[in-house]
Amino acid sequence: MIQTLAFYLFAGLVIASAVMVIMSRNPVHSVLWLILAFFNAAGLMVLVGAEFIAMLLVIVYVGAVAVLFLFVVMMLDIDFAAMRAGFIKNFPLGIAVALILLAELILGLGAYNAGGLELATADGAAAQRVGQSNIEAIGVLLYGRYIFLFEVAGIILLVAMIGAIVLTFQPPKPGARGRQDIGKQIARRPEDATVLKNPETGQGIEL
Amino acid sequence: MTNLGGVGIEHYLVVGAILFVLGVLGIFLNRKNVIVILMAIELILLAVNINLVAFSAFMNDLVGQVFAMLVLTVAAAEAAIGLAILVIYFRGRGTIAVDDVNRMKG
Repeated sequence: MIQTLAFYLFAGLVIASAVMVIMSRNPVHSVLWLILAFFNAAGLMVLVGAEFIAMLLVIVYVGAVAVLFLFVVMMLDIDFAAMRAGFIKNFPLGIAVALILLAELILGLGAYNAGGLELATADGAAAQRVGQSNIEAIGVLLYGRYIFLFEVAGIILLVAMIGAIVLTFQPPKPGARGRQDIGKQIARRPEDATVLKNPETGQGIEL
Repeated sequence: MTNLGGVGIEHYLVVGAILFVLGVLGIFLNRKNVIVILMAIELILLAVNINLVAFSAFMNDLVGQVFAMLVLTVAAAEAAIGLAILVIYFRGRGTIAVDDVNRMKG
């Protein structure tokens, strides 16, 4: 009973916040609704016992991706009102396409329920054993059978990181303040930098 | 394996389908604003993840959760690259309206 209640709570909230993501006028609000959607999706995943993916969703999506979105939205100075032009114009077509797509997806589900389709059954090699925690079972699978996929994921992240840095890196201007010119520093000799003066007593010195 | 009262895999698949459709609708409605388009793509990937995790849990096979993790990785990489492209586009143009991206010049 409590699970059913929790499911409908999380599902309702995730759908409502997804609607707000695409409908809200201010993209900052969109990002905040997106964070709420991720939290509720994590709740849905905890409900079926996928704790690891749920925590990953909170840490990676909310902690990294959503904050990155928030950062970019606030950094770029954009007239968001002008961006809304065409929203009303595209609305009927968008709703029509969305309804057709949803009807098709739910029809597919109905066909499965009617017994027309047969799902493959799992071979049991990757089943979570009784008494084994979710994270332990995923760890055994990830570092064993799927170790190459795991490494490919690491390479994808590395490439993405290098790509983002290369794309946004701006070489500093040559004469900029605080700029270090290593060649100039190395070429500097003591005689350029220091000078010995022997002033008369009682007289100042002009540098 | 998983006992959720009356909630079965169909309920999860319907939630996933609705989220997916909302993501597609978001791309349609916010044709000009790339940031919202990227957020709609995140919603679509979230729907895919919900489907994968639901099948994984209800069929008692953890491969779905491993695959959901890979989808998450790709989503993070895509967001980073997409936003980086957005930042350099904004630097050059002063706007992020995508419907006038019609010349491939830096």
